[in-house]
Amino acid sequence: MPAKVVTITSGKGGVGKTTATANIGVALASAGQRVVCLDADIGLRNLDVVLGLENRIVYDLVDVVEGRCKLRQALIKDKRLPELYLIPAAQTRDKTAVSPKDMVRLADDLRGEFDWLIIDSPAGIERGFRNAVAPADTVVIITNPEVSAVRDADRIIGLVEAEEKGPPKLVLNRVKPEMVRRGDMLATADVLEVLAIELIGVVPEDEAVLVSSNQGSPAALDGKSRAGRAFRDIARRLNGESVPFEDLEAGDGLFGRLARLVRSGGQA
Amino acid sequence: MNLLQRLRGESPSAVAAKSRLQFVLVHDRADLPPGKLDALKDDLVEVLSRHVEIDPGAVQISLTRDRGQQRLVADIPLAPARARRRPVN
Repeated sequence: MPAKVVTITSGKGGVGKTTATANIGVALASAGQRVVCLDADIGLRNLDVVLGLENRIVYDLVDVVEGRCKLRQALIKDKRLPELYLIPAAQTRDKTAVSPKDMVRLADDLRGEFDWLIIDSPAGIERGFRNAVAPADTVVIITNPEVSAVRDADRIIGLVEAEEKGPPKLVLNRVKPEMVRRGDMLATADVLEVLAIELIGVVPEDEAVLVSSNQGSPAALDGKSRAGRAFRDIARRLNGESVPFEDLEAGDGLFGRLARLVRSGGQA
Repeated sequence: MNLLQRLRGESPSAVAAKSRLQFVLVHDRADLPPGKLDALKDDLVEVLSRHVEIDPGAVQISLTRDRGQQRLVADIPLAPARARRRPVN
């Protein structure tokens, strides 16, 4: 089966695109899938450090596109997972070094040899975003439960639909269950009601994410942390499995159960 | 949001977040910012006033979203008939 191309995008910066790309890539590769993670954020490359592969870069995306190396030479092989590869972004160029057509061609060259191509999109809605989305079979929009991030996600949904990419899927990242419970953070249901697209993951705020990016070893590698587990669930859902959603927002005590009851309008 | 705030009847900040979000999105999606909507309302009042007697302060124009469709809703109360009767010269 030719590779599925998934682009992770958000509009707003800092919501977790790179973390999600690394973790979803790692989770799929842990399940034995052949995966390439591609950093499309030319000029601001970071997927390499999040994956812990920064000291092995020789060639990058722009080198491939401009013919300075073969595609195979720009694929950095992960040491932990035998089927995980990275194509890093160039650091000293800008988004115009690559065109949407280049990206489609590159993705097509990879399709035959891999199961997944996961593309980390830059923030924004300009050229870099269009490059990242051009080859996508599926677009995953990642957002945080705050007004500005959800507003930007809505804008991106409109742009993705205009590109006729099919309905994008949603990952809600950095949810703080305690804040949701006391009514100081938008609940998953609120965000879904506003954006009206399919949810494929809810990732709790988790210190393990920062610790793992300090170490260059994505949380989904061991899947022991809550965030790591959430990313593994997302990978399984992308792969067509039906995985039930953990209810992060309601605690297990009396108050949690009451909150659940109130939110569901008494139909718990 | 603590218990005290709850007892005082304040609403949790997530309620504000959701309604503010819905407000900005309805304007974003229609590409019609609130200020433009006000200008539209002023023009509308001017045109309507040429034909019927209305109370400009009571006119309400809002954007809503109904099953995926953006809708511009205008509520234009007419002035009562007595007030509308003009003295004959």
